[in-house]
Amino acid sequence: MGLFILRRVGMMIVTALCLTFIVFFMTNLYPNLEKLAKTQGNFRMSDEAVASYLEDRGYLQATPIKYAQWLGLMPGHRTVKEDGSLVGKCVRPGVAPEDTPRYCGILQGDWGFSTVSKAPVSDVLGSRLASTGKLMFWVMVVMVPSALIIGVLAGMREGSGTDRTLSTFSILSTATPEYVSGVIFIALLASTRFGLGPILHEWGLIEGKALFKGTAKSAMDNATLQNFTLPVITIALYGMGYIARMTRASMAEVMTAQYIRTARLKGVSFRNIVMKHALRNALIAPFTVIMLQFPWLLNGVVIVETLFSYPGFGFQLVTAAGNNDIEMLLAVSVVSVAVVLFTQLISDIGYVYLNPRIRIS
Amino acid sequence: MEKLTWTGSVGTVLDPIFSIIAVIFIVAVALQIVSSFIFKPAAVITNADGTLSAGSGPIELITRVSKYSLLGLIALAVLYIIAGMVMPFGKAGIIGAMAARFSPVWLALFVTFILSIVYKRKLGLYGKLFDSTIGMIGFGLVMFWVYTAIFSGVFDMIATHDPLTQVSGMKNKVPGTPMRGADAAECGTACWYILGGDNLARDVFSRMVEGSWIVIRIAPLATLFAFMVGITLGLPAGYFGGRLDTGLSFLANLILAFPVILLFYLLVTPEIVATGIPSFMAMVLFVFPIIFVGVLINSRYYTRPRVRTPLLAGIMVVMVWIYLSLISAPGTVINILPSSMDLFDIPGGILVVFVSVVFVNSPTVFRIVRGLALDIQTRDYVAAAQTRGEGPWYIMLWEILPNARGPLIVDFCLRIGYTTILLGTLGFFGLGLPPESPDWGTTINDGRKLLSIYPHPALVPAFSLLSLVLGLNLLADGLREESLRD
Repeated sequence: MGLFILRRVGMMIVTALCLTFIVFFMTNLYPNLEKLAKTQGNFRMSDEAVASYLEDRGYLQATPIKYAQWLGLMPGHRTVKEDGSLVGKCVRPGVAPEDTPRYCGILQGDWGFSTVSKAPVSDVLGSRLASTGKLMFWVMVVMVPSALIIGVLAGMREGSGTDRTLSTFSILSTATPEYVSGVIFIALLASTRFGLGPILHEWGLIEGKALFKGTAKSAMDNATLQNFTLPVITIALYGMGYIARMTRASMAEVMTAQYIRTARLKGVSFRNIVMKHALRNALIAPFTVIMLQFPWLLNGVVIVETLFSYPGFGFQLVTAAGNNDIEMLLAVSVVSVAVVLFTQLISDIGYVYLNPRIRIS
Repeated sequence: MEKLTWTGSVGTVLDPIFSIIAVIFIVAVALQIVSSFIFKPAAVITNADGTLSAGSGPIELITRVSKYSLLGLIALAVLYIIAGMVMPFGKAGIIGAMAARFSPVWLALFVTFILSIVYKRKLGLYGKLFDSTIGMIGFGLVMFWVYTAIFSGVFDMIATHDPLTQVSGMKNKVPGTPMRGADAAECGTACWYILGGDNLARDVFSRMVEGSWIVIRIAPLATLFAFMVGITLGLPAGYFGGRLDTGLSFLANLILAFPVILLFYLLVTPEIVATGIPSFMAMVLFVFPIIFVGVLINSRYYTRPRVRTPLLAGIMVVMVWIYLSLISAPGTVINILPSSMDLFDIPGGILVVFVSVVFVNSPTVFRIVRGLALDIQTRDYVAAAQTRGEGPWYIMLWEILPNARGPLIVDFCLRIGYTTILLGTLGFFGLGLPPESPDWGTTINDGRKLLSIYPHPALVPAFSLLSLVLGLNLLADGLREESLRD
């Protein structure tokens, strides 16, 4: 087991290095750098001015060298200008030249400086990640139990009316991407002119004219049922169908197993068969699926945070990519790649741990 | 000119009936779930003559009610459509007007279904689809959009207006608004914006219809390319194993670990497009179909050079020519072919979108094909072919691949749906396709800014996309069910 984990971790680090290198290469292509120079300097810079701006800050070195600097394996590039001022990778506004460190990479814990928000990347991204963490937590709280319940209910009597209804619901939810369900929810539940809100208001059931809020901006500090429900269920709905279908398949398979038939013939009640005999074995497969859902959730988070303008990690990705904020984009991709790889690792280990047939051999 | 209501004069009769049956149906379905926990299913009655008949109890009663109310709803929907087609345009309301515009689609669907059901025993797996209700519903939804796309894209039939023309005074108008100053005597079907106008005063209905043509052209083709790439790499990886497998699997996992949206943002921005990376990726990805077809034909006919050589040469010349005209476009990095020989140019945005969608999909296909190849190569017929002395490529393409077709066809349907979702995502973030493009993702993105005041410009494409993807998922489900039954 130890060796297995070690090998997986090693593989994970290699993958992470490869992926970050690709992102580094793509974000550091010349057109991007040119745009960066023009937004940082001024838009009417000549080509020579752009080249010298980039040269001074070390952007024109070979990509592997720049990558090593960004990782913190090599000292950051620095140029002393004619007037004695220092420019380079590690230079931050407000830090004296003599205090500027030689190394400033990921290994030193320095994630770079966001050129758009004019602040260290780690500060900005930290608060954004916290917001997204809150969103993800509630998504999980809603999604996992309901998906498992739907899957188990549908799978325990395969082919029954309940199964058909719930399966149709799960197919429908997997066919509804977040930007479709989000738009439908906002139009029907968060509008003051259409949908459920005005009707409930007329009946005197709710105070305002809209049932929920269409933006989740205020949920940053103060998440309420009103401003946080729609983003959460929009993400949860898309993932739910898939997990539910996997649970259903796994449950249906377990219910046809020999030991369930034995229990049935012994006269164990249906409730006990489901709760005590079938459920535990049926939940091994969905565990893996839930873990592997994280990368998809990341997608959903980007879409939903854009749609509901909730300033989290996904919103940061879109703004960083849209505004050519290179170091921020790199940090964002490191985080998302790490999330994906880490959940893959957990799902592999968890699968081995949960499944006695593999664990013992 | 007066504004159209939703159902027009038909609605006064049909609407109340429809809503009553709809309520009955919803209540019955909810009761069905609840009652399955409370009551036991009725026991089957054994008759004196040895036959069995179904018992009746509360569960059976509720099931029957839900079934008949569903049938009633479907019958009413058909009535609405027929009324719209028969009555003069606009008299049967918005739904009737839409039904009338879609008449060629209804006709084509009707003919398809009648022919398929009559000959279903002779049509193999396709015919078996018509044994499953789910599969039929899915197929119907998919074919509805396919026919819509073909009739509007090729024959220019369904849309009432040009999808890009802006008409003054029609900005954000609600569904059924008549055109300003339109003369009832001559405007005919162009009298109304059937589904209203968007924030740039364009016709929502026509944009939805034209949008389907974009989706139906790109999604299946991109999926097909992803399958070519996945199959060409996945079969040898699974069959040979070893270093090749390790290397390719590592690459596939690398791409799979990339969050899709990040990848899109990295690939589809104008700066990256300017460097030509997408064009080079297109160059690499589009080679795979040529390799695939070449190897496929060669491995089959290499013992008969007199058939093989002309066949292979002919097909290769055509494919390479198409390949070159596909990747070479004036003004981009790759401009190899002289313009006189260039058959067609793909607009830059579409090519980039196409390439990134293929790129995202192929690793998953690779993994599926590799898994199937690993499983199938242990079968006896593969061993028999090896003993016969067949080459590895013959075994892969003519022994393993045909036997893997079941899961691959199912996954193909699911993946077209997924590709449609990806295309929508690209449009939603305004990546790749031009901003005025009528495709559904871009239209949703356009409409979402004023969503709580004017929901119709975003809701119409949202429901279209939903129905197409749902249809593909149901179709895949039906196919899976029927192919498992063999």
